[in-house]
Amino acid sequence: MSSWFKRDKENLKSSQKREVPEGVWAKCPGCETVLYSRKLERNFLVCPECGHHNRLPIGGYVDLLSDEKTFKELFGELKSLDPLGFKDSKKYSDRISAAMKKTERNEAVVTGEAALHGHPVVLAIMDFQFLGGSVGSVVGEKIARAVDYAVENKRALIIISSSGGMRMQEGILSLMQMAKTSARLTRLAKAGLPFISLMTDPTTGGTTASFSMLGDLNIAEPGALIGFAGPRVIKQTIGQDLPEGFQRSEFLKDTGFLDQVVPRLEVKQRIAEFLSWMTGRPTVLAEEAKVEGE
Amino acid sequence: MKDFVLHFEKPIVELENKILEMRELAKSGDVDISEEIQQLEQKAVKLREEVFSNLDRWQRVQLARHPKRPYTLDYIEQMTDWFQEIHGDRNFRDDPSIVAGLGQIDGRDVAIIGHQKGRSTRENLHRNFGMPHPEGYRKALRVMKLAEKFNRPVLTLIDTNGAYPGLGAEERGQAEAIARNLFEMSQLTVPVVSVVIGEGGSGGALALGIADRLLMLEYAWYSVITPEGCASILYRDATLAYKAAEAMRLTANDLLELGVVDEILPEPFGGAHRDWKTTADTVRTAISKQFKQLEKLKPETLINRRIDKYGKIGVFEEA
Repeated sequence: MSSWFKRDKENLKSSQKREVPEGVWAKCPGCETVLYSRKLERNFLVCPECGHHNRLPIGGYVDLLSDEKTFKELFGELKSLDPLGFKDSKKYSDRISAAMKKTERNEAVVTGEAALHGHPVVLAIMDFQFLGGSVGSVVGEKIARAVDYAVENKRALIIISSSGGMRMQEGILSLMQMAKTSARLTRLAKAGLPFISLMTDPTTGGTTASFSMLGDLNIAEPGALIGFAGPRVIKQTIGQDLPEGFQRSEFLKDTGFLDQVVPRLEVKQRIAEFLSWMTGRPTVLAEEAKVEGE
Repeated sequence: MKDFVLHFEKPIVELENKILEMRELAKSGDVDISEEIQQLEQKAVKLREEVFSNLDRWQRVQLARHPKRPYTLDYIEQMTDWFQEIHGDRNFRDDPSIVAGLGQIDGRDVAIIGHQKGRSTRENLHRNFGMPHPEGYRKALRVMKLAEKFNRPVLTLIDTNGAYPGLGAEERGQAEAIARNLFEMSQLTVPVVSVVIGEGGSGGALALGIADRLLMLEYAWYSVITPEGCASILYRDATLAYKAAEAMRLTANDLLELGVVDEILPEPFGGAHRDWKTTADTVRTAISKQFKQLEKLKPETLINRRIDKYGKIGVFEEA
C-alpha cells in the first residue's frame, strides 16, 4: 500500500481530517456505524456497511486508478500568483499559502501520467481541500497542459473533478479558464482520443459548466452533489426547499446528464472496459501485467 | 422608469432640467436670458466631466445596469439593415432571455445572438431578467451552427447577470448547455465577434462569448460572478457589493490590462443610455472592422488562433 494509507505524510493526514476523524475508530457519516479506520481506508473510504462514499484525497485516487508505481506527476511546479491583489477578510496570497501548507500541494489539481489496467492515461485529480477545489489560472493551465500531453503522447484523459467552481479571487482570469480548458479539449476530440470525466462530491459552478461535462462519457460516484448553481443559491432564488435527491448523481443520470453512476470500488475496472471499447487496446489487469513482466 | 436617475447622475440631470426650463422661459419671454443659459450649459459640461472622469467601479456597474441602457434588440434595431428573429432550441422551448436571428449589418449577412433584458416588470418577467435557461444556450448554439453551415460570421451581444439558478435550469442541464457552447464555439469555422454591452455575469455570459475578438463598451462589466454574489460569499454580506466590485477588477479598463478584452468601445458622454444611436454606431463600426479582418483568415487558422488566444490567459509562476 502506498503512502496515503500509511499516513506517513502530514498532508494525507490533514486531508482526511474532515470526514474521517483521526484515530483507530471512525464513524461513518452515512449510517453512523463506528468502523475500524484502517478498514475504511482499505475500502478507499467507502463505508463497508452502507456504501457511503466519503471524500477521498488525491493520493487515494492515484492508488485507486493507477497500476502500481506507474503514476508520474506532471506540471507540479506551477504555482498561483495573486494577479488582482485580491483581499477579502484575508489576502488571497495568504489563502494560497495556507492551502499549500494544509494540503502539501501546490494547487487544487494534480496532473500526471499513469497506466490504468495497462491503458496509457493522463490523470487530472482535483482536490476539494485546496480552496474548495476552485479553478484559477494554475488549475486551468494544468488541465490544458494535461490535454496537450494526452494529444502529444496519444493517451486517454481522465479528469476526476471535485470543485466548488471558479476561483473568485482571480476574477475574470478564472472565468477564462473555463474557456481555456473547453477550447483545448476540442484538440483531444479531434485527435480521436478518449476523455472520461469522473465527477465526485461536490462538482459545481464553472467546473461543471466546462470540462467536467465535456467527457465522451460523463460518470459520477454515487450520491455526489453535481450542478451549476449551488443548492443554497437556488433555494434563495425560488424561495422553497429543494426536492430530495436534487442535484445528486442519480438525479443527473435520470435527467440525462450522466452516462452512469459508478461505485468507487468498481470505477477502475469500468474505465478500463470503456477505454478498451474506445481504443481496441486490451485491458491488462495488474496481476497479469506482473506475470508478463517477469 | 422614465425618470430613472442614478444617484451620481442626479446633480447633472437637475442642472439639465433647469436649462430646459430656462429655455422654455426664454421662448415665451420678454427677458433675454441667453447668457445665463450659456453659463449653465458650460457648468453642466464641467460637472459631467467631473463626475464621469472619477467613476469608481461600483458606479460603472450601476451604469451597466441602467434601466434606460440599450439592450440587444435596441442594438439590432439601430445597427441592422435587415433582421429576422428566429426561435427555439428544437428540443424544449424558446427562451426569450436570449434573442437570436439572421441579419445584415453594413451589407454583411451575419447571425446575431444576444442576451435580452426587459425594460418593464412585465417585460422582465417574460425575459426572465435576461437570465437564460439551458434551452436559451442551445438555441444560441443552433443558430451558430446554422451560420457556420452558410458561412456567415457570428455576432454575440453579452448582457446578463448570469445564467438562471432554478430547478428547471438544473434539471435541463444548465452546466452542460454552457459547457457545450464553450466547446462548440471554440471550433466554429466562421468568425465570431462578441461585444459586452452591459453586464458580463459569469458562465452565463461566457456561454455566448468564445470569440475571435472580444470588445467591451466603456461602462460594461464582466467577471466571474456578480459583485453581490462575490460579496455574499467572501464577505458574507451582499450589501458590500461595492467593495467586491473594486476587488474583482471587472471594468473594461481592467479587462484590457488583464489581456482578456481586445478593444474598449467608448460610450457617449454620460453613458450609452444618453444616446443609443451614437453608441450603436460605435459598435457597428467596430464589429464591421473586425469582421473585415477576420474574414481573410482560413477556418483552420481562425480556430487555432481562437484556441491559443484563450490558452494564453492566466497568471502563474513556473519554477
